Formats: sequence, C-alpha cells, structure tokens
Amino acid sequence: MATLLNTIEDAKARDICKAHGDKPDELIEVLHEVQAAHGYLSDAALRTIAQSLNISRAEIHGVVTFYHDFKKEKGAKQTIKICRAEACQAVGANELIAEAETHFKTKMDDKAVAIKLEATYCLGNCALGPAVMIDDQLYGRVDIARLKTISNNHKGED
Amino acid sequence: MRVFVPCDAAALSMGADEVAAAIAIAAPNAEIIRNGSRGMLWLEPLVEVETDKGRVAYGPVTAGDVAGLVKDGMLDGKDHDLCHGPTEDMDYLKNQERLTFARVGIIDPLSLDDYKAHGGVKGLEKALKIGAQKIVDEVKESGLRGRGGAGFPTGIKWQTALAQEETQKYLCANADEGDSGTFADRMLMEGDPFSLIEGMVIGGLGIGADTGYIYIRSEYPHAIRTMRKAIEIWDRADLFGRNEDGSPRFDLQIRVGAGAYICGEESSMLESIEGKRGEVKVKPPIPAISGLFNKPTIVNNVLTLASVPYIMANGAKAYADFGQGRSMGTQPFQLAGDIARGGLVEKAFGVTMNELLNDFGGGTRSGRAIKAVQAGGPLGGFVAPADFDMAMGYESMAERGAMMGHGGLVVFNDQTNMGSMARYAMEFCEIESCGKCTPCRIGAVRGKETIDKIMAGEEQGKNLEVLEDLCDLMETASLCAMGGLTPMPVRSALKQFPEDFLGTAPEDSSKQAAE
Ligand SMILES: Cc1cc2nc3c(=O)[nH]c(=O)nc-3n(C[C@H](O)[C@H](O)[C@H](O)COP(=O)(O)O)c2cc1C
Ligand code: SF4
Ligand code: FES
Repeated sequence: MATLLNTIEDAKARDICKAHGDKPDELIEVLHEVQAAHGYLSDAALRTIAQSLNISRAEIHGVVTFYHDFKKEKGAKQTIKICRAEACQAVGANELIAEAETHFKTKMDDKAVAIKLEATYCLGNCALGPAVMIDDQLYGRVDIARLKTISNNHKGED
Repeated sequence: MRVFVPCDAAALSMGADEVAAAIAIAAPNAEIIRNGSRGMLWLEPLVEVETDKGRVAYGPVTAGDVAGLVKDGMLDGKDHDLCHGPTEDMDYLKNQERLTFARVGIIDPLSLDDYKAHGGVKGLEKALKIGAQKIVDEVKESGLRGRGGAGFPTGIKWQTALAQEETQKYLCANADEGDSGTFADRMLMEGDPFSLIEGMVIGGLGIGADTGYIYIRSEYPHAIRTMRKAIEIWDRADLFGRNEDGSPRFDLQIRVGAGAYICGEESSMLESIEGKRGEVKVKPPIPAISGLFNKPTIVNNVLTLASVPYIMANGAKAYADFGQGRSMGTQPFQLAGDIARGGLVEKAFGVTMNELLNDFGGGTRSGRAIKAVQAGGPLGGFVAPADFDMAMGYESMAERGAMMGHGGLVVFNDQTNMGSMARYAMEFCEIESCGKCTPCRIGAVRGKETIDKIMAGEEQGKNLEVLEDLCDLMETASLCAMGGLTPMPVRSALKQFPEDFLGTAPEDSSKQAAE
C-alpha cells in the first residue's frame, strides 16, 4: 500500500498545494514551488496537484505547456540563461551565444547536457548587456571569458 | 558614517554584493546601506559616501578597488579617479525631472521611515480625506496616461471601474515588463517598493477595490523578493487599518509570471492570475467592467500606479505642469543597447530623442555611429538618425511612425543588419504568440521564412510582395497588438534599410539559377 501510494503521490506537492489553501487559481504559484523543490514537474507531482486543486489533468497539462518556465523533464546540473532580446543583441549577444555553444559543446536549448544554455528574452539588464542569469543571479556585460568564470563559480556552490 | 551600495539587480550584476562585502572589511565602522540604483547604470556599482558636502559618488567600483579607495580617503569624500563629486551635481541626474523616481537610489528601499521622511504616505493621507470620486477626479486632471504602452488616460479608466456597482473589485499592477530595453518597473520595485504599494492602495480607494495583485515576471527574482518584503512591512505597519478579522483592509498579493511575454497583455495577465493559460481574451467586455474572476478590474502598469502618490500629495496641477500637449507629466525613459551612458532618465514629455541619446546617453558605447533606435519595445518601429529631433510624447512620436510604449530606447550601431532585426521581430512573435489567432500564430512563422528567402536572394520581388501581404494580414486580422504590431518593426526596417534585406543579390536571384 505504502509503496503503491509513493509511486502516484508526491507528498511535497501535496504540502505545497495545502499551503496555498488548495485554491485552483494558485496553480501557477504551486507549479513554481514544486518545480523549485524538485527541479522539474514529474507526472506524479502533476497528478497530485490535479487532485489537490481539483482540476483536470488536461487543464494542468495545458498550463504547463503554455509557459516557457515549466519543465517536464529533469533539468541539467547547471542552466545558463542567456538573453537574446534586442538590447543584448545590440551589444553582441549573438556572438556570445555562438562562443558559448562552442565552449560548452552544446546548442542553445539542448536538453540532455550537464550545462544547459537557455535562451531568455530580456532580464531587465538592457543597459549592461549581454546579460546572463544563473540560479537567479544576474550578470551584466558578459563576454565568453566572464561566462566561463561565472559558470565555474556556480559549480562550486552546488 | 554612512556608505551606500545599491542592491538593485543591475548593480548586483556588476558585483555590488562583493563591493559591499569588501567595504565591510576595509571600513568596519561604516554603516552600509543598500539603496536602489540612481539609474546611472554604466557607473554601477556606484558607491556613495555621506559627507558634509552631501553624498559623494564613486564608480564603477570593483571589490578590488575598495581597499585603495578607502586608503585614498573615499570615506571622507576625497577626490579619486573614480570619484564623480557630489551625486546630486552630476549632469545626468541634475538635468532630470524625477517625480516618480524621486526616491529611487536615495532611500533604503525597505525602510518605511526613510519612505515617510522623503514624502511617502502623504498621498494616501490626502486620498483618505477626499474619498473615491475626488481621487479619480484628481487623476483625471493630472493627465496621467497608462505607462504600459497604450497610453490610455488612467482617470477615465478608473471612473469606469468606480461606476460599477459590484462589491468585489480588483486592482492589478502589471509588472510583466517584457519589452527588451525596459527596466524601469524593475528599478522602481527594487528601489522604492512602497510607492507602488501606496499607489495601489490609493487606486483601490479610488475604484472601490479591497484586493490587489502585483503580477511580476519570473525573470525578476530580486524585484519579487523586495516586493514581498515590502508588502510584509507595509501590512505590519498598519497604515491603512484592518478588517474585523485582523486582515489588512487592502489585501495585496504577488503573482509570479512564468516566462510568457504575452502575459503582459492585460486580458492574458488576468487569465494567468486565475491560474490558467495566458490566452488573450476578446474584448468587450473590458476588464474595468468584467475582469479578474469576472469582477470589475483595473490593470495598470507599475509606473502608472507609482506616479499616483505624487499626484495625490502635490495635486494634479503640479504633475500636469510637466509635459507637452496631451502627454502630461514625466516619463522614466530607459537607455539601452549600444549606449555609452545607459540607464534611467526621467524627463518631462517633450524632451527630444537626440537629447536622450546624446546629451544623456553620450552616443554609443562601442564608439560607432548609431544606425537606428528601436523605440517602444519589440512591437515598436526603428527610428533612423534623421528623425532624432522628434519630441518624445504619445502624439508627437506617432506622427513620425514611432511609439512611446514603455519608454525604452534600444540603440543599434552601424554594424547591425536591419534585415536580421526584422527577422528577429517575426521570430519573437512566433515564440511568444499565445496561439489564439491564425494571422499571428502562422503569420509570424511565414514572415520569418519569407524574410529568410529575401535575404538569401530568392525571388526577392515576389517574396517582398508576400511579406507585405503577410504584414497587412497580421495588422488587420490579429486579435491583439502582439500580432497586430509585429509588422511595425518589420516594415520600418524594410522601408528605411532595404539594402539590408536585398543585399547585393540581384532581383529574382541568380542563386536559384546557379542551383
Ligand atoms: C503583447 C503585449 C504585451 C504587453 N506587455 C505589457 C507589459 O509588460 N507591461 C504593461 O504594463 N503593459 C503591457 N501591455 C499593455 C497592457 O495590455 C495594458 O494596456 C496595460 O497594462 C494597462 O496599464 P496602463 O494603462 O497603466 O498602461 C502589453 C500589451 C500587449 C498587447
Ligand atoms: S495576436 Fe497573437 S498573441 Fe494576440 S491573441 Fe492573436 S495569437 Fe494571441
Ligand atoms: S534585452 Fe537583454 S536584458 Fe533586456
């Protein structure tokens, strides 16, 4: 019984829903928190959330797929978000991306890698581009040398 | 003695935390205050020291500079290569008209005492005295227009919501700030969060709403943290009274976006706050009549709401005295992209683009010539240097085919290929389309492919016609401005810089013949 429950039930997700009063309009807040806890949104988590908030799994699926932030697969060890919006392009974001792809031996938005490069569209640091974000920390005027250093520093923190 | 080191995300992005830590070691007696940013972003981290001449500025300071600076007398405001003299005397700041951003960079963002000492809460006190209709009247008279992009008169919108007889109404602050080249909402939330809260409480009084939401994009973790703390502090301070059950009389909540540009569009945002897919809804009904949970709802941009306390405290006239024509008051402009002195410049409407780019911005950071400026975000057109004499205002910009949007200016130098930028505009629309209507969803994909063909020299004449038709279709048949305005940057690039699309390839390309 206990094992069976464990495969379909995500206790953490259940708790998070409860903390939000099991209110369906707080779905996106719940998804953010569950993803922050597990790194991604597992089937078990989504099932539990559907049950707790009393909404259909189809509806949750619709929400999860609509928003770029939500991930249904385990993430990379490190995700480097690189801004490719206009103001960063104006100061070399595309060149930085090309160099980063070569250095980290991956393409933008490739999933199955230890270090993932993720395209993002404006981090609000448009006067100090190219802008990069790792683990919610923002960096400005990033070139490839600085990117290597930053990436290494974040590895140390894990 | 007090030393100020900003905690604004842009300052942090250049190492402000490390600088603060280094100062704590080099000057253990200094009281370090983490302020917002003054908006002179090229100088971040900008350290300020309080002296009898006022605050003296040093920047950009790295952690490695700190020991030397302290040794050379920074704590006494002594001169140094990195010293800019008294902050208030710096041209960039001195020449601004800061109403909405009056406190940003000056106060400790989370100190209510600081907030009050610098004029905060006065607007709310006045609002409580005059009541709902007079609040709305005051906002109408101020001429305040929505800073989120469309420039709709705020007071008129509020009047509609006030007129609704429902008991439950909502007020939502739009902090989705998705436009590239804009960061004013973020700076305000990180540098003076109480001004947004106060503006919302006044707005709630004005329209009769007791619940507010602040929808902040997930790309802004620092702003989210600061706003959460500010709401806690505000609620605890009990400035606005409580309900019988002890809950605050104006209930304020934060909702975090999830990486969708379209959620800045108000109907999409309201869907998102309800926990749904952020699909745009057909209007009418307008949200002021039926919005969040089908109740009357006002959505306003952060800057719109944060301007309200000033208007209340100083009167509509004091605000309307700034500006030009039907663009009254001030606009926090944001200088971004390839610009030497990028940052935030709050000026009365009517300042010219040239003054912003050159007098304030100092031209490009790269030293190259400016080729074009994108005004008004990803859906705004490109402005070429011949038009830099344009006055910045809703109507004066529209006359020249440009858009105010959220007040961002993105500078591109002469190395930029405008064909590529037009292609990017289509690609961005493809990525961010909510998918509800075909002209936008499919048009953007086809638009991108067509620009690719033109730039590859494939049947250029025919493909240019296809592109024009696509733009026509998107403009006329899209449900919202995402699809409807994406042709703006595309067409303005094509009209002003056709050579960037056509290259040297001859019409109806030889490439095909060669293949
Ligand atoms: C595609 C799209 C994106 C938008 N993004 C934003 C945004 O990020 N922030 C914002 O305040 N308004 C945005 N708007 C405008 C809002 O729909 C709405 O007009 C505004 O929030 C109203 O507030 P205001 O009257 O104070 O400007 C966007 C509109 C569209 C069509
Ligand atoms: S124009 Fe685009 S973003 Fe707007 S409703 Fe249509 S599909 Fe959605
Ligand atoms: S465009 Fe890159 S941070 Fe805004």
